[in-house]
Amino acid sequence: MELYTLIDYTTLRLIWWVLLGILLIGFAATDGFDMGVGMLLPFVARNDLERRVAINSVGPVWEGNQVWFILGGGAIFAAWPPLYAVSFSGFYLAMYVVLAALILRPVGFKYRSKRPEPRWREGWDWALFIGGFVPVLVFGVAVGNVLQGVPFRLDADLRAFYEGGFFGLLNPFALLCGLVSVAMLAMHGAAWLALKTDGCVARRARDYGTAAALATAVLFALGGLALWLWIDGYRLVGTAVTDGPSNPLLKEVAHDAGAWFANYAARPWLVLVPALGIAGALAAAAGLRARLERLTLLASGLSIFAIITTVGITLFPFVLPSSLDPRSSLTIWDSSSSHRTLFIMLVATAIFLPLILAYTAWVYRVLRGKVDEAAILREDGHHY
Amino acid sequence: MEFDIVSLSRLQFAATALYHFLFVPLTLGLSVLLAVMETVYVLTGRPIWRRMTQFWGTLFGINFVVGVATGITMEFQFGMNWSYYSHYVGDIFGAPLAIEGLMAFFLEATFVGLFFFGWDRMTRVQHLAATWAVAIGSNLSALWILIANGWMQNPVGAVFNPETMRMEVESFAAVLFNPVAQAKFVHTVSAGYVTASVFVLGVSAWYLLQGRHVALARRSMAVAASFGLLSSFSVVVLGDESGYVATEHQRMKLAAIEGIWETETPPAPLTIIGFPDQESRTTDHLVEVPAALGLIATRSLDTEVPGIADLVAHGRTRIENGILAYDALQSIRAAGGPDAADPAVREAFAANVANLGHALLLLQYVDDPRQATPEQIEAAAWDLVPPVATLFWSFRIMVGLGFFFIVLMTAFFWQMVRNRLGSPRWLLWVAVFAIPLPWIAAELGWIVAEVGRQPWIIEGVLPTAVAVSSLGVGEVMLTLAGFTLLYGTLFVIEIALMLRAIRSGPAEEPPRAGSWQSAPAGE
Repeated sequence: MELYTLIDYTTLRLIWWVLLGILLIGFAATDGFDMGVGMLLPFVARNDLERRVAINSVGPVWEGNQVWFILGGGAIFAAWPPLYAVSFSGFYLAMYVVLAALILRPVGFKYRSKRPEPRWREGWDWALFIGGFVPVLVFGVAVGNVLQGVPFRLDADLRAFYEGGFFGLLNPFALLCGLVSVAMLAMHGAAWLALKTDGCVARRARDYGTAAALATAVLFALGGLALWLWIDGYRLVGTAVTDGPSNPLLKEVAHDAGAWFANYAARPWLVLVPALGIAGALAAAAGLRARLERLTLLASGLSIFAIITTVGITLFPFVLPSSLDPRSSLTIWDSSSSHRTLFIMLVATAIFLPLILAYTAWVYRVLRGKVDEAAILREDGHHY
Repeated sequence: MEFDIVSLSRLQFAATALYHFLFVPLTLGLSVLLAVMETVYVLTGRPIWRRMTQFWGTLFGINFVVGVATGITMEFQFGMNWSYYSHYVGDIFGAPLAIEGLMAFFLEATFVGLFFFGWDRMTRVQHLAATWAVAIGSNLSALWILIANGWMQNPVGAVFNPETMRMEVESFAAVLFNPVAQAKFVHTVSAGYVTASVFVLGVSAWYLLQGRHVALARRSMAVAASFGLLSSFSVVVLGDESGYVATEHQRMKLAAIEGIWETETPPAPLTIIGFPDQESRTTDHLVEVPAALGLIATRSLDTEVPGIADLVAHGRTRIENGILAYDALQSIRAAGGPDAADPAVREAFAANVANLGHALLLLQYVDDPRQATPEQIEAAAWDLVPPVATLFWSFRIMVGLGFFFIVLMTAFFWQMVRNRLGSPRWLLWVAVFAIPLPWIAAELGWIVAEVGRQPWIIEGVLPTAVAVSSLGVGEVMLTLAGFTLLYGTLFVIEIALMLRAIRSGPAEEPPRAGSWQSAPAGE
């Protein structure tokens, strides 16, 4: 017996589905507040010092946080190569827009305060706004499209062909999902700003944050309703082969009304997950009013966790359904890496993920406390 | 150049990768130099070493951030533009990329924030640890990326699975300890160290020429010259090791670099200068050193270095055997899987699967490789020859620059030993004008490595032309134009900020004890 067979293929695929969720939630919960701050920048901060306070609240940590996104991409490549191949080439132009916005963001942080001219700084403020708002909107829109099925098919050699345009992505349901995403991370960014700043910036963050938190709860509920009323789901026909070769063409898939609610029908307690998404957002709104800063951030994080998990559970076992040729749909059972690769990657994750969490926690401890305006004004070159 | 989807995708990948690699070598080397300088600060307690760390750290930050921003593109471009590649080899290639994130990039990016923002929040030793974490993280990052890239050059430890139509990992240890990857790693990080050393040396020389920041510039120069001397030797020696490894695994690349069309009687001479001509398949106006190539490439006097023509003939046989594998694969698929297939078919597949990739070379000419005519097979075999003149010249300029760096570093090291850093002035000017040269060498290095791999995206396994995504030409042109505009703008801004930071120079010596700045936490 070889070492990698210690954990059977089915279990490993399930573990990697959970790990993918953890990475996406890690991204949304950490880099999410960086992006939220970027989105809120024009609203919560109205002069240069206020902007610098807001920017420096995430200044020392956004770089590490962003790695969750990069790691998410790497993990999809390693654990779900067909998902990586089909989704990124299928959403080609949308991915380009995300990349361009994400390229502006690091440079915006680093370069903004390198020159004193107002025009220079305003330019980079826009870059930071775009770098926060655009990717978050596109990610939500992408999720909305995945829930509706994506127009791709696989040929016998498993080469992917995509037959949809860029503007097809911008349908009403997908845009609703995009708004959920924007509201959710605006809430999170505001929760962070309320914790890390004081004065005008914190006050405005509480106001915008309350609105964003309430919007998150309402839009997310609306999204669920729209999914129930108008969006047909996908389901596997017959019993799923969970430990077969990773070849999506070996199964049959049906496209039915109500199929996205099958998992909740089978296990009614799962309804707690979306409910938690709404409850967390409402708690964040209440927390902002009551100035319970740490609890607010926690509630907002909980809401993010539950909303992303809701999407995962709704789709399960699908990760990318195909509207063009349902048989080509990718599920966790037929679009993973090989048994051996999943095992090796699991070992690597088991070693490094706890280490990452430990040193990240230490860094946040070192940086704890509100952003110091006086330190920013000292112009000693350490701050953005 | 034709604007078909393959050429455009290759152009886009080459442009974004070469651009990304403008920022990587300086990050690799400067992070280590910062850690060295700060170590001296912690050991001696002299504030000037802290100012040095902070000054070079500012330049490091301006450079680092563009490296990070453009690195994001690299991570996603495989899926976007090379989706069949991602499907075909993701089982192996994805793992080192993901481990790079887990093990290296997280470390580097988490602590880089503390490097900039943590000076007043930590003890000296804690801050030093953060700086070393950045240096170790960035260098480990290079290790994993080059393990991934090394596998593209020498795909070991993997087998083709007809049920999933892709390569799957068989021995992860073979992927990790791939000799090509190891040789590339040490060569590439050494090149990064040379880049940072030449950069620090050149900027310091400029300060000395102007008589500004003399104490800081002389100390920086001493660090750069010592570190640069070691790394410029290692980049050449380890580059040679890289060449030796290529002779075993990428004989076509070596033959093209040397412009050898016909196999020579051993020991082969080393060509210093020549003019390779792809059309006539000859190299003219040769200046050669007898027997030297035989010694370098094979480390013996009687092993042959095969020429391009012989390698093409060998490739033709592999294409023919590949067709047999392709035919068996179709039969296996028709039968509904390997277990259901006729044992004779399975045997034919097993015997020829190593050549399957060669059959895929024919897809440029026919839809079904089994229908290929002898002329098409001959043409596909000659497609195995990469652009010879490009490789020949890129390689020679790179090696020439490598030797120049040794001379430069030796000169400065010698001046340092004699305590005469700062003279003569002409030598300082040489250092200033040398600043861009490591970047030229590094970019040419990638051209040799990656152009030399063509027509393969995975050597011998998957042709580049087959690996591309099914996209429209318009889409790829649009994003190519977008990247060009964005990257071009960023480049101008980055250079302007670098020059501005260099002009304004390091912060002046802070006031003596009693002021707010002289007593950070823990000091």
